[in-house]
Amino acid sequence: MNAPLMRLRGLIRKESLQILRDPSSIAIAFILPAVLLLLFGYGVSLDARHVGVGLVVDEPSSTAASFTSQFRHSPYFAPHDFATERSAEHALAGGQIDGFIWLQGDFARMLDAGRKPAIGLFVNGVDANNARLIENYVQQSWVRWVAQQAASTGIADPQPIDIEPRIWFNPAVSSRDYLVPGLIAVIMTLTGALLTALVIAREWERGTMEALMVTKVSMLEILAAKIVPYFLLGMGGMVVSVLIAVFLFSVPLLGSLVVLVLASSLFMLASLGMGLLISTIAKNQFVAGQIAIITTFLPAFILSGFIFDISSMPAIVQWITHIVAARYFVAILQTLFLAGTVWSVLLPNLLALLAMAIVFLGAARLTARKRLD
Amino acid sequence: MSAVARPIETAATPLILKSVTRRFRVGKRIVTALDSVSAETTHGLVTGLIGPDGAGKTTLMRLIAGLLRADEGTIQVFGADVDSNPLAVQGMLSYMPQRFGLYEDLTVQENLDLYADLQGVPPADRSARYAELLHMTGLKRFTARMAGRLSGGMKQKLGLACTLIRPPKLLLLDEPTVGVDPVSRRELWQLVDHLVRHSGMSVLLSTAYLDEAERCDAVLLLHEGQLIGAGQPDEFTRAMTGRSFLAHAANVSKRSLQAALVATQGVTDALIQGEAVRVVLEPGRAPSTIWSERFDHLDFAPTTPRFEDRFVDLLRSGMASRTPAPQTLSAAPSMAARSDSAIEVVHLTKRFGIFTAVDNVTFTVQKGEIFGLLGANGAGKSTTFRMLCGLLPATSGRLRVDGYDLRHAAATARGRLGYMAQKFSLYGDLSVIQNLRFFAAAYGLRGVRRNKRIAWALNEFELLSLADATSRDLPLGFKQRMALACALMHEPDVLFLDEPTSGVDPLARREFWLRINALAERGVTVLVTTHFMDEAEYCDRLVVMAQGRILATGTSEDLKHASRTADLPDPTMEDAFIALIEADAAKQPGLET
Repeated sequence: MNAPLMRLRGLIRKESLQILRDPSSIAIAFILPAVLLLLFGYGVSLDARHVGVGLVVDEPSSTAASFTSQFRHSPYFAPHDFATERSAEHALAGGQIDGFIWLQGDFARMLDAGRKPAIGLFVNGVDANNARLIENYVQQSWVRWVAQQAASTGIADPQPIDIEPRIWFNPAVSSRDYLVPGLIAVIMTLTGALLTALVIAREWERGTMEALMVTKVSMLEILAAKIVPYFLLGMGGMVVSVLIAVFLFSVPLLGSLVVLVLASSLFMLASLGMGLLISTIAKNQFVAGQIAIITTFLPAFILSGFIFDISSMPAIVQWITHIVAARYFVAILQTLFLAGTVWSVLLPNLLALLAMAIVFLGAARLTARKRLD
Repeated sequence: MSAVARPIETAATPLILKSVTRRFRVGKRIVTALDSVSAETTHGLVTGLIGPDGAGKTTLMRLIAGLLRADEGTIQVFGADVDSNPLAVQGMLSYMPQRFGLYEDLTVQENLDLYADLQGVPPADRSARYAELLHMTGLKRFTARMAGRLSGGMKQKLGLACTLIRPPKLLLLDEPTVGVDPVSRRELWQLVDHLVRHSGMSVLLSTAYLDEAERCDAVLLLHEGQLIGAGQPDEFTRAMTGRSFLAHAANVSKRSLQAALVATQGVTDALIQGEAVRVVLEPGRAPSTIWSERFDHLDFAPTTPRFEDRFVDLLRSGMASRTPAPQTLSAAPSMAARSDSAIEVVHLTKRFGIFTAVDNVTFTVQKGEIFGLLGANGAGKSTTFRMLCGLLPATSGRLRVDGYDLRHAAATARGRLGYMAQKFSLYGDLSVIQNLRFFAAAYGLRGVRRNKRIAWALNEFELLSLADATSRDLPLGFKQRMALACALMHEPDVLFLDEPTSGVDPLARREFWLRINALAERGVTVLVTTHFMDEAEYCDRLVVMAQGRILATGTSEDLKHASRTADLPDPTMEDAFIALIEADAAKQPGLET
């Protein structure tokens, strides 16, 4: 065996042994993904369910009761009755309900007379996301109820409105189905960038790097020896995440597995490059961890489109998202899981990941010098 | 050695340094770590790179290993230039950094395998090499043990074994004996000697322990980045012939005598050694010319010069004579004044789970006494210390500090004591004056008293000109002074010093002990922990601890006397310490050391 290969083998073996013996790296690679997936899969849902709404009916009638009854039987709402608008407002301010519907004046008579009755909808706008959801649900309920009324009374709707919202790619509109694929990107950022940045910083802290550097080992060999085991570790975490997503949460995986593996590999390399780059700059674990979280983990959470829609961000922030590798990976994952192998979406994103992997790995190689100064 | 004049082929000279200069930026200042250092070493010898912390030893090692680049000058290793051909140089040398990079989560064998791979040792040669190294280091039984679970001494030996996996032509060892207990230190030296004699290797070894200089074949003395001397160690000591004495004076305590001698014309160095004061006179001075009306009868007995005598001589001649701290001469305190005990420790035990850190320890410290706790790392010194400071509750036993029982009045007792932590716990980002203000406030000083004490500290410790300097950038000796000033801010009756002078240069250390002596003369009780054997000489009495137990109590003279044998008629404190440890280990078979 020639000398460089022997050195590489020794380093990779050392790295693998360290991973196997260090419970924290195993935890970050396998247990954390599972915990995050379970947390997001079961705990966090962006769908409105059992939203507390108040119902204020000024003049009760059977028509009014018919309208309000659909809130009483909806899984989305938990209605409370209020005698006056004032008391409902009070409850809204106190946070007992998220909004209330006020059927003003003589609701039934106005409707019978074919005039538009006044329906007041008051929503707590502090949680904008929730507010918009309530607003949409109430509007849809109204439309549906008017249609039903028309059908049951046999009176044709003077202006038949057919609003039927169609939601593509996520027919169940389950937030879980698009959160879970995005989460995989976040998880892989953890192993790729955070773990890698930490383990190299640890070598600086413990003085092992100084000892390595005086041997004939080249910087390229040191970097390669870090990439190989952590690449495998990250891909292992990826497999665990996909299995949990598909089998536990029944998220559909419509796209090609080969493309999934390819995209994950490119993303993993970009993350590893970022981690290596951080560790050549920050030489202690605390600083490396801070930088890794701020430059990779948080952007993967916030700026990747995983939770917050990129197109609704301000232009400058949208521009910043282009340097977040997770952005491209989230787009690929959501496409592969929910839409299938759509090359027109996948290709630009794959190319972006490839470019980022090359840039970060290249930058890490250029900044890592075999000197202490 | 630069002293060698005969022409040598460059390729056969392990190391040639030519006006090597290296500067670092520290904050806004530029610090010159190495200032135009030129030297050569001879093949097949152990060359010692001697100097206190901050002298530039590690920087020089890293420059030679090609890990740093020199700002000026050239370095050649066996004829190869480090700057232009670092890989060729790294192929010829092995370097063991101060904290050698052992992978603590790998076993001894796995660490060896890794370095064998990195150094390109052919698989066929490995088993023989492993066997040789494991035998040499005594690690054969521990190949399956995790490196992190080895003792400090064994870790250093494993580090050495990894460094030697492919026998280098030049071996660089950066402070291999720091933090290693005296027994392991001795074994490490035997290993290095063996390597040089049997493998024909050249070794460059750095150390801050001056007594190790005498074990080297040649030494380079570094001080504040400058090479202040080079040659064979016995040349250095020979230069001191007729200048070293042990002085006694009737009616004067050893500390007062030392303080007076330091301030006397014609004296280069004076420090306490056992019951006498070791005095180094200026060249050409006879003891009879040392006179002061304050001594009734001064008795000088010639003694063998030590390497340290010459080092201090070199340092002193290089700078203007400094005025020592103001001292008052007083007679030896009478026994009556000493009858009060300041610290009482009776049957003290501390257990952490099933591990007994301190095991039935008993000792008493008199008022105004300097008392030492001597032991290797892990002997239980720090645990004892923490209990005495009231920071850790005792499992059983009785503890009294200045009359207060620490079980019931820990806070009151703490108010009476000053504590100087290892590594000097100062706020590096604050200036000197801000640190002093903070500690004054922390000790509850207010108003006039606070201002008075801060003024006193700046004045007494000569910190006035540095009041606005950032503490982090100060040299180690100044940090030590400042830490002592902070510990004395509230005029404590009892002073605790945890490893107070490790790494500090010999002059700063002398100055420090002069102050401590002056405090003791004024009745302050001082308790010191140390693993520096020569620091024990400054103590009135001391206990030697190992594995949580007290092995011996007495004056340093008592302890040295007890270990005297026919082979070793004049043992050092280290010899005495090793004898105690070995005698204890012999009593307890089956215990690994």
